[in-house]
Amino acid sequence: MPKKKIRKYRKRDYMGLVYISPWLAGFLLLQLYPFVSSFLYSFTDYKFFNEPSFVGLKNYIRLFTLDPEFYNSLRVTVVYTLITVPGKLIMALFIATLLNRDVKGIGIIRTVYYLPSLFGGSVAVAILWKILFMSDGAINNILNFFHLPSVQWLGDPNISVVTICMLEIWQFGSSMVMFLAALKQVPASLYEAASIDGAGAVKKFFSITLPQITPIIFFNLIMQTITALQNFTSAFVVTGGGPNKATYVLGMKLYTDAFGYYKMGYACATSWVIFAMVMVVTLLLFRFSSGKIYYEDGGDF
Amino acid sequence: MRRRKKINKALLYVVIALVGIVMMYPLVWMFFATFKSNNEIFGTLKLLPESFSLDAYIEGWKGVGKYSYGKYFLNTFAIVIPVTAFTLISCSIVAYGFARFRFPFKKLFFAILIGTLMLPNTVIIIPRYMMFSKLGWLNTYMPFYAPAILACYPFFIYMLIQFMRGLPRELDESAYIDGCGTLQCFTKILLPLLKPSLFSAGLFQFMWTYNDFMNPLIFINSVNKYPISLALRTAIDSEANIQWNQIMAMAFLSVLPLIILFFLGQKYFVEGISTSGLKG
Repeated sequence: MPKKKIRKYRKRDYMGLVYISPWLAGFLLLQLYPFVSSFLYSFTDYKFFNEPSFVGLKNYIRLFTLDPEFYNSLRVTVVYTLITVPGKLIMALFIATLLNRDVKGIGIIRTVYYLPSLFGGSVAVAILWKILFMSDGAINNILNFFHLPSVQWLGDPNISVVTICMLEIWQFGSSMVMFLAALKQVPASLYEAASIDGAGAVKKFFSITLPQITPIIFFNLIMQTITALQNFTSAFVVTGGGPNKATYVLGMKLYTDAFGYYKMGYACATSWVIFAMVMVVTLLLFRFSSGKIYYEDGGDF
Repeated sequence: MRRRKKINKALLYVVIALVGIVMMYPLVWMFFATFKSNNEIFGTLKLLPESFSLDAYIEGWKGVGKYSYGKYFLNTFAIVIPVTAFTLISCSIVAYGFARFRFPFKKLFFAILIGTLMLPNTVIIIPRYMMFSKLGWLNTYMPFYAPAILACYPFFIYMLIQFMRGLPRELDESAYIDGCGTLQCFTKILLPLLKPSLFSAGLFQFMWTYNDFMNPLIFINSVNKYPISLALRTAIDSEANIQWNQIMAMAFLSVLPLIILFFLGQKYFVEGISTSGLKG
């Protein structure tokens, strides 16, 4: 029979509760309460000025069967996520592996690559993107210079998604710095051993580098996916959701429904669809990675 | 063999340089566009302006409405600086609680903390809006301050916990022996050692709050309280005849503080990114 562990807390240890109390209050008031009430509101007809009235699954049924915008937004969001997240991570990993040898001037190179990520989802950079990709903007001028035809970066429904994806991929710097730090932690002895066994550079990358840095890739994958599924600023500022709702991501639909039309209950239902997607992706990634990630202290402290 | 290595190395530099140029081009273009006239911005390949004129800055600074960009900058800092300060204070105290004490339900609370890392903002923003509206906080900066005061930034708590775990516990023990209380142990012993990581966390919070667009858009609606992000967004919206060079000038000014901060605190940026992700 396992012995029941009795843990005695010293008086001092209870001070810990005092120190975490701001977070506890914040969690209950500003995270748990909104979280639960957003779930409840999603089953109500709530237009901000009226009292919420319970309507069961009506909001969800409307989303999935009646609302023509919804599937479009869902599709755009998924496409956006499927392009930006792998695009960003592959770029970051590729450049990080290049920079991981002794490259001269690593400081300045890292700075150049990191600089775009400083601006994140800022409006300034979104406006810059809009100007650069206008039909007679700088990007098309470069294309014309090489005798290539102009592209309707903002006007063509099929291409406008790519345009806002590029804004996101351009900011791969912070993932790159993380990968670079992780690559430095991979023991050199592993590579030496592999070289003796006659492994080439590609083999080394897939058999040593990649497995060794999975925790970081995993962390990035989850965080980037969560961010991408909620994208709002670039779609809102660069393309305004257009043309023809081609970039009308779920985040923008949610904003318009909630703060444009004050359909709060309905928008909450949309937000829970986004949340469900976040949960599915996270759980899948966790399941996929279980046992593959090694924590030095077993996660205990 | 040797020659191949040399060629490889050269190729490496070429690739790095080419990607670097592509990365920098938009920013360099933006910088030069601020000196151009509105017509020069479009339809030409030339990167450099005809003449370095400061007109776009002077005219742009005046803004399109009643207020100049000076006002918008002040508003931005009135949001960002207190938010950063509150976040650092609250998150470091909470991190201290988690990193150094074994209190009841600690495992559960920590699991919740990690769980909230993945809580999407979109799910909670609507009820938060209604809550703040009932409190009369709409169109004030309280919706920004309150989450900072109550340590609703699990990312920074987690980051600071990780740093604190790296500091030897013997430090605390010796402080207790010397008769310090827990609070003194924190402020006198741990906090000074934590300075670099506080710096990293502060830079990130500054940057994220500074760049934030959705929250100001939702919570702020009168122009005299607009931060720069809203002012810029309104500028491209309002006029029929948009002066893009002026907007570029103001957009450039708005990213300048971040660039300056980055160059001053580059070490902390890199450290912040590298360590926060390392333990997954």
